[in-house]
Amino acid sequence: MALSNNNSKPVSHYFLFFALILLACGVTYGTIGGLQYLIPGYLKETLSFEKTRPLHVSSVVFWIIIAAVGSMLSYLPQHTGKKIYSSMLARIQLMLMIGAALAITIGYYAGIFGGREYWEFPPLFSLPIIIGWLLLIYNYISSIGNLFKQPVYVWMWLTGVLFFLFTYLESLLWVIPYFRSHVINDMTIQWKSYGSMVGSWNMLIYGCGIFLMDKISGEKKYSYSSIAFLLYFIGLFNLMFNWGHHIYTLPTHAYVKHISYIVSMTELLLLGRIIYKWKDSVSTARKYFYYLPFRFMVAADIWIFLTLSLALAMSVPAINVFTHGTHITVAHTMGATIGINTFMLLAFVFDILGEKSYYVKQNRKSIMIGFWSANISLFIFWISLIGAGITKAIWQMKSNQEIFGEMMKNLWPYFLSFVIAGFVLATAFWIMIVPLFRKNPQSANDK
Amino acid sequence: MPDKKKVVIFLLLVTAYSSYSAYLYLRPPFQAEPIDELADKGKIVWQENNCTACHQIYGLGGYLGPDLTNVYSKRGAEYIKAFVKGGTPIMPSFKLSEEDMSALLVFLEHVDQSGSSDPRNFRIHFNGTIEQ
Ligand code: HEC
Ligand code: HEM
Repeated sequence: MALSNNNSKPVSHYFLFFALILLACGVTYGTIGGLQYLIPGYLKETLSFEKTRPLHVSSVVFWIIIAAVGSMLSYLPQHTGKKIYSSMLARIQLMLMIGAALAITIGYYAGIFGGREYWEFPPLFSLPIIIGWLLLIYNYISSIGNLFKQPVYVWMWLTGVLFFLFTYLESLLWVIPYFRSHVINDMTIQWKSYGSMVGSWNMLIYGCGIFLMDKISGEKKYSYSSIAFLLYFIGLFNLMFNWGHHIYTLPTHAYVKHISYIVSMTELLLLGRIIYKWKDSVSTARKYFYYLPFRFMVAADIWIFLTLSLALAMSVPAINVFTHGTHITVAHTMGATIGINTFMLLAFVFDILGEKSYYVKQNRKSIMIGFWSANISLFIFWISLIGAGITKAIWQMKSNQEIFGEMMKNLWPYFLSFVIAGFVLATAFWIMIVPLFRKNPQSANDK
Repeated sequence: MPDKKKVVIFLLLVTAYSSYSAYLYLRPPFQAEPIDELADKGKIVWQENNCTACHQIYGLGGYLGPDLTNVYSKRGAEYIKAFVKGGTPIMPSFKLSEEDMSALLVFLEHVDQSGSSDPRNFRIHFNGTIEQ
């Protein structure tokens, strides 16, 4: 893009660099957490699991959100043909995010919690995140002007930024005593917000995905088509109403469960479309496979298929009774956040930062090794978690259960392959992203 | 698809979603009785010590330790106290004040009384729905 040169990088690139650092840290914490599964009491005195889990989960969730914002802010000027409305606002937002992330990390190390799953930090730390997000919304809306004659990704980005704010605020409703006075009420709203929040960041990411595919293929037919909007509305419908599948076993309103069961099944349409489009996808894949960002998109496509199949099965309450509370849930969560979100985000990162990078070109071979290792190890990682989950599911249903600790011992072989695969996966991410941080040599800039 | 149609669909969905949200806020599954101060405090103790990192309530949380939804009726207050104070090879020992400890126990009792998380208690229907 003409808007950037090597000396003054646009602020969106700094979002991406910061996000990549969080990814590198996040997978490292994940590996430590995995080791704690294998070696009871490992680092118990200094970095016990109640610290490593939130360090891991918050880092990777922030990786996803911040990289999604960075990608969107990079693609936005490419779409509108002018700079974003205010790079100053974006810079302030980034500062606020970095400040929050630092405070949260230090807090976790020190054992300062107070929040809930995924956001275990004290609610006060949310303040900079919320203020930063308000700036983003203002910046985004001012940059696009209006919604008329806009491609689908502009709608998706708008949906993503608005719904993230709403669901994030909703996830904090518990600070008002009314909402937390009964555990069932509280968990209903908690998982309502989380379920939709995932949908909101997926809007940002899939929006960038459509933008990138347009860019690669050099035509914008798809992003203006009715089918694109139809799929967008199905996605939005699911974002709004499918969250109840997280809480089928919670004694909450029955209608919440029925609504989400029915709504979740509309995603069969998406699955059907993937299968129907299979042949097209394969031939497109052949055509562009040499192109690094495209390769990550292909990998994400395969993971969408695997994840959606598992998710659909788990969205049937009768199946969910078995899988809930087991590592099948973790397989689903990490399958989606790594296989879909992270691979797509890496596609954007390699498109945005990698294009002009001398060291990405130089290290193409090792990046490819990283790419294949990541995919293969992720598959083993995923299968191991499903294996552990099935074994625990059988235990949960037994009438004469052995004690919890015994059951966990029986899962050890699964955890072993999970952790080995996780270690390879983490290393693969490191190998892929390190070249992105290296500054081009002067000679490469002069060319 | 004309722009007007898109805006209409979008607004319809947003209206449905807002109504659903508002309805759930105002009509929670359990009517908010007078708030039990001690249970409320216990919930904060639970969060501030991040018990969820290793434990689940209704199957939601981290997976290194067991689900604690019904631990109160299954094991009793003294047993829980012993675990929290003493820890295990994996679970750290928590140095809670007497006050925090009793609040935590009241919270776990409250959770226990809200229902059962045991998947064996569900009846499975032919259409894929479940019932407790
Ligand atoms: C680092 C992980 C970890 C954290 C944090 C943790 N626990 Fe545990 N807890 C465990 C494990 C693992 C077990 C199972 C012990 C075993 O099988 O040897 C357990 C067992 C228990 C038990 C006994 C359950 C039973 O049915 O026998 C109780 C009660 C308990 N924990 C309460 C708590 C409370 C309350 C907190 C927060 C203050 C907490 N735990 C924090 C890991 C943890
Ligand atoms: C981009 C990479 C990764 C992403 C996005 C990611 C994401 C996540 C998420 C969202 C969770 C919460 C799961 C849930 O609550 O259901 C989780 C848990 C976990 N992850 Fe990862 N993860 C990544 C890589 C890794 C790696 C490389 C390991 C190494 C073994 C790992 C180990 C773990 C462990 C041990 C847990 C906790 C499981 C539990 O609750 O007991 N993760 N991860």
